[in-house]
Amino acid sequence: MLRDAVLVAGKDLRIELRSRIGLNQVGPFAIAVLLLFGLALGPDRAVLAPASAGLFWVAVLLSTLLAVQRSYAIESADAARDGLRLSGLDPAGIFLGKAGAVAAQLLVLEAGLTVGVALLYGAHLSGGLVLIAACAAGTLGLAAVGTLYGVVASGLRTRETLLPLLFLPVVAPVLLAATKAWNAALAGTPGRAGGWLDVLVVFAVLYIAIGTVAFGPLLEDG
Amino acid sequence: MAPAVRLHEAVALAGRFPLLAGASLEVSEGEVVHLRGPNGAGKTSLLKVLAGLLAVHSGEATVLGRDLVADRRWVRREVGMLGHQSFLYEELTVEENVRFAVRAARSSEAAIHPALEQFGFGGRLASMPVGRCSAGQQRRASLAVLVARGTRLWLLDEPHAGLDQQGRDLLDQLLAGSRAAGRTVIFTSHEHERAEAIADRMIHLAGGRVVEPPEPSVQAARQGAAAPASPTSPTSPAAPARLSSPGSPASPAGPATAVTEAPAHVA
Repeated sequence: MLRDAVLVAGKDLRIELRSRIGLNQVGPFAIAVLLLFGLALGPDRAVLAPASAGLFWVAVLLSTLLAVQRSYAIESADAARDGLRLSGLDPAGIFLGKAGAVAAQLLVLEAGLTVGVALLYGAHLSGGLVLIAACAAGTLGLAAVGTLYGVVASGLRTRETLLPLLFLPVVAPVLLAATKAWNAALAGTPGRAGGWLDVLVVFAVLYIAIGTVAFGPLLEDG
Repeated sequence: MAPAVRLHEAVALAGRFPLLAGASLEVSEGEVVHLRGPNGAGKTSLLKVLAGLLAVHSGEATVLGRDLVADRRWVRREVGMLGHQSFLYEELTVEENVRFAVRAARSSEAAIHPALEQFGFGGRLASMPVGRCSAGQQRRASLAVLVARGTRLWLLDEPHAGLDQQGRDLLDQLLAGSRAAGRTVIFTSHEHERAEAIADRMIHLAGGRVVEPPEPSVQAARQGAAAPASPTSPTSPAAPARLSSPGSPASPAGPATAVTEAPAHVA
């Protein structure tokens, strides 16, 4: 299973590096979201800085939608999805590989967005370990949920509109917990983030487990 | 010889529409079989069922001795399919696509470069992204994947389509070589003369079932100037004429006609 996951993740990341859609579209989209939030709330950093954690994670959430849709778009051209089914790969390995590739792209994006909230919103980046841990656990959860619901939506003609409807309500706990953890870290009280980090870890483990089991049947039915 | 493929009253559905409506057939290992039938007869659906891409709703289906429902993943690893689409990733190079397919199937990577060279992808051409290849080159790349994976059963849907004369000849040589290697091939083709020269026998499909071939005069009338069904070279001892039992009840999903398997080498 892990061997198949590495194979699929390598393939997806190689395609993304070559197409540069993540670099040319998802990244600029996330930066645009940050800028628009800044415009909506006004230039006052006293307002923006306390909101920076929430705005950061909303931008990550919206970018995850694009990354997941892109992850399945590469399987829809030339019936590559059928090719993937015919490949003999372990469906759980396919799930882990695709989720891993999405997570890797999101982590790179989050590094850029972290600099963005510091520059645009004046957020003081303290509690680095908590910030990193929240990003790691939260991103794994988002990637797992996105990959799981992505395969459901990818076989349907309404996939572009269906995926956000399926995805956003489910990842509300990630938004809440990751924002709370980041707020605690940015406020200089990283010790108060512990419970929220636990929520993120449990969420990620739960959806990785569900995805590992459910992805195969969903891939066949899509 | 053990059958490579055995279907008995197999029904496959798209929603409630029967794509296969009780198809019964048997193909021995090492046979090269040409599926014939008009558009919508169920040829592509039959290939997809055998590849495990379409689920068997009812009936029995075994491929390479394994149940297609219970062991679908195993079957897929042993089956190579060439469809109307390439199943390739446009952003990856030809070589990367072949390598990915070979690794996924856990086949030997030593087969990659010979397969690429066989289909004209020696040198820099192997490094060309599939998206920049012509349709014919993409077809050749798909064939290279098929060869490099080294599977025991090939399911080819219009394999000659999109290939130039040289490519078609190469494909025919490949199919002839498959027979010698004991590999089973089931393919569709509307290029009947070429197909008949390759195949050990023909199976006719209509309405999602295996049927008796149409009378030559009827067939000729339907096909206009196209050549009627003629005897194929009766080279395969593993291709005896067979008729399955028509006694089974018709599927509720399909039309109520008797299910028969076409005899081999029907003139």
